[in-house]
Formats: sequence, C-alpha cells, structure tokens
Amino acid sequence: MDRLLTLLHENARLSNKQLAAMLDETEENISTAIADYEKQGVIRGYQALINWERVDTNKAIALIELRVSPKKNRGFDEIAGKVMSFPEVDSVYLMSGGYDLAVTVHGKSMQDVAMFVMRRLSTLDSVLSTATHFILTRYKESGVIMNQEEEKDERRDVYCD
Amino acid sequence: MIDYSKLLTKRIQQVRPSGIRKFFDIANEMDDVISLSIGEPDFSTPWHVRQEGIKSLEMGKTWYSPNRGFAELREEICKFFDRHYHVQYDPKTEVLVTVGGSEALDLAVRCLVEPGEEVLIPQPSFVCYEPMAQMVGAVPVIIETKEKDGFRLTPEELRAAITPKTKLLVLPFPNNPTGAVMRKKDLEAIADVIRGTNLIVLSDEIYSELTYGDQPHVAFSSLPDMRERTIVVNGFSKAFAMTGWRLGYAMGPKELIAQMTKLHQYAIMSAPTTSQYAAVEAMRHGDADIVYMREQYDMRRRLIVDGFNEMNLTCFEPEGAFYVFPCIKRTGLSSDEFCEKLLYAKHVAVVPGSAFGNCGEGYVRVSYSYSINHITEALSRIHDFLKQLGC
Repeated sequence: MDRLLTLLHENARLSNKQLAAMLDETEENISTAIADYEKQGVIRGYQALINWERVDTNKAIALIELRVSPKKNRGFDEIAGKVMSFPEVDSVYLMSGGYDLAVTVHGKSMQDVAMFVMRRLSTLDSVLSTATHFILTRYKESGVIMNQEEEKDERRDVYCD
Repeated sequence: MIDYSKLLTKRIQQVRPSGIRKFFDIANEMDDVISLSIGEPDFSTPWHVRQEGIKSLEMGKTWYSPNRGFAELREEICKFFDRHYHVQYDPKTEVLVTVGGSEALDLAVRCLVEPGEEVLIPQPSFVCYEPMAQMVGAVPVIIETKEKDGFRLTPEELRAAITPKTKLLVLPFPNNPTGAVMRKKDLEAIADVIRGTNLIVLSDEIYSELTYGDQPHVAFSSLPDMRERTIVVNGFSKAFAMTGWRLGYAMGPKELIAQMTKLHQYAIMSAPTTSQYAAVEAMRHGDADIVYMREQYDMRRRLIVDGFNEMNLTCFEPEGAFYVFPCIKRTGLSSDEFCEKLLYAKHVAVVPGSAFGNCGEGYVRVSYSYSINHITEALSRIHDFLKQLGC
C-alpha cells in the first residue's frame, strides 16, 4: 500500500472511491488501510498547501539555525520539545553539520519574527547561538511549484499552428 | 492567375485534411480550457536520456548519421526488441532508423503497394494510414472494428476483406484511439488467416510498451511464419516520452528494409543525430523509466474509466496506449456535436471518435496523459455537462 501513501501525499482530497479505482482495490480496503495508517501514526494529518504570499503580503517566514548544548541523557529532545511548543514554530529538525536545530518560524512581519527569536528562542537555557534567514520566495514546497503559471502545459496539439 | 488546383496532383487534392483540426482552432481561442485531447505523453523525456543528447551537442556531434541510423543504436534497438518481445533482428540489415514511426509507415506503404492494390485498414485508428495508401494510388479498404469485440480485428472480418488485390494489412495495436490491444490468441487467429496468402503485415506497435494488466505486449512477428511477412514499426515517442525528438524505426526482412532504406536515403537522408545519441541511452538504461510511466498511466486509466462509467457513459476498458473511448450515443448527440457543445459549455476539449474513421461515430477519444488533478477537474466538468443535457 505504499502507492496509496504516495497518492495521498500528492493529493489528499482524492475520494476513497477514486483511490480504489486507481489502485484496483475495493473502497473498504482503502478505508481500512487509511484508518490503520492513521492509528499507527504513519499518516499524521491532512493539510492544504497554501501560497500565503497571495493571501497576505505581510507574512514572514524564517529559517532559523540554532546551535544548542545537548543535555546529558536526554540529548537534543528536551530543547527540541521546548522549541516546538511555541505556536509560531512551524517545523523543527535536528540537523547534521554546522548547527543543531533547523526551525521554521511564521510571523506577521519580519520584525515580529525577529522579536520572537530574540525574546523566546535565544533566551532558552541551552541555546548557544541563533542565525535567522528570512525566506524571500518559496518556489516549490512539498513537491508542488508554488507559482501556478510556471506549471502550464506547454504541449501543443500537432494539428494546431 | 494561376489555377493551382490544376497544378497539384489529383491524389494530394483528394486527401482529406484532418477532421481534428477545426476543432482545435476553436479550443485555442478560449481561456480556461481543460483539454483531454493531446495524444502525447505529459512526461518530459527522462533526464538521463536528455543529458546524452545534450552531451552529444556539447561535443559537437552535429553531423549526419549513416542512412540506416548509427550502428550502435541499431544494435541497441535489436537488443531491446529481443529483451522485451523475444524476436531477433539483424542490426546490420533488418533495422532502419526513421524520423518517427510515421516515416517508417510511409516508407513501407510506398515500397510495397502498387496503384490499384488494396490496403486493409482496421478503424477506428490513427489518421495517417488512409492518406498514405491514397498517395500511392492504392485502394484503402476499411475494416470496422466493434466495441462488442473489444475493438479488436477479428479473423472473420479479415477473411471477408481479403481479395486477390489485397497487398497490405495495417495492424494498429495497441490502438489509438480505442486503447484496444490484441492479445496472443487474437493475433494467432489473425496469423491463421494470413498464412497461405501473399499479404504483408504492417504492424504499428508504437504503443507496445504501454499495455496494462499482467500480459505483456506480443509482437506480431513473434508468431510462427509471421516474421518473414511483417514490417514492425516502433519508436521512442510513446515509450520514452520522446515525441519531439522524432525518432522511430522499422524492422523486417532484409529485402524489404533494403528498399525502404533506399527511399529513406533519397527522401530524408538520415534521422536526427542528436536524437539517436539520446535514444541509445534510452534503450540501454530506460527500462525503469518505462515501468514508472506505465504505472502512472495505469492509475489514471483506472480513474478515468471509473469516472466515465459512473456517469453512465459506458466505457470499453482500454488495455493499451493512453486513451479511453467512451460511447456517447446515450446523449443523442453526434460525436462532433458532443465535443463542440462540451467545449462551448464547459471548456473541456476531447476529440470526436469520427475523426478516426466513420465507425468512430458515437464515441469520443479522451486522453489520460494528464495529471490526476487535471483529470478529476475535467471529469467533474463533463459530469456537470451531462446533467445540463438532462442525461
């Protein structure tokens, strides 16, 4: 059923009936499989992929590099837990390489994000340093090209001039 | 004033322009058209294949190729054909690389058919066979395949169409526009009719890699006694999403290929060089790309067949190519009317079945070489259209 996950990842709005037709399965099998995935925590949610820039030009998104000191026994989990509890934080990844946590933060403005980093993140106990990178344009996200004009079907029928 | 109609040959003036054209001119003028009309893959050529083409350009390999095509490519084509369909051809004498499958078809007709001889053409089928026969002064004899037979050519219909003047049988399977496939037993029944006649078979297998279900494509030349009387036409456009590269090939007995090569040499010279370098890569390392694209097409095929059946536009289940051919007779409209009304009312473009032969009347060709989102949007518009018609 990996193909089911792939299809849902591409388009979570396909109905069970459509998924069943595409995968040559019964609707019952599809709905059972999805319920199982949800129960096992394989599927963690369904979201719309929104081009926020079209809705609100003031919205700011930043990628923040955090260098932190890991805690004995608990490693990075404790600090990661604290960081992800802020509603402003959209994603948190533990990274290899030059810094430890990559954090994306959404705010109403660049100022808003900067204040959040300064007041909330950099003041956390084990945070050694932060570097804030504002995202200027999102070209592609989760496999989707954000500017729909770039997705135009350029095929021309051979019978046309 | 020059009266050009007196200068042009009668033959070319008698060839009808493609019926699809008018229709696309309308669609082109509209905004917001959701098209399911285009007959080529929506995938781009796999990147590693494109890279080989680019590399050849960077290295300045911009000269002609030998008339027959590069020896390296002919060898790879023979290996591919043996690996996939288990028929062996000699790369030196039995393969000709052409400008798309279309050129190979034209060469075969021009080399084999005398004026007045008959060419058997099963329809609905791709639009080029009839004009090709007309251009050599041959008589196109149409065999109408039927939905009840799964749009397959039946041995009875074939037998009934053969006369002492019959020279060539075109075998267009997997079929555009119906999606019909001839399975092994169907082909064997055809071979039984052909055995003992002087018929040559022009087997257009351009969609051979796009068949669905567990039975793979069977090459007509793999059947006993058929290799010696078959010209296979195939190419890169559909299997590797390489339509724009214009590259195909013909394979057959060396006596036939030699004459076709002569004609190709004088008319075309040689197939595009850049494309041939890319094609070598496709033949060597492209099997996984085919599998991936076939899986994608297969899911869309199921989705779209299910969608049409849901709307009560009964849809013969296609087993090959990337088209469905739903029956629209229930609406009381002709194919042309259906397509025109659908286009004006819902801005959805599909192709009238009648463009592929008179027997395609009552059907429309719908391509599923489009993204899932595109297909679901088009299906929902067609659904609304039927509701408006009161169907």
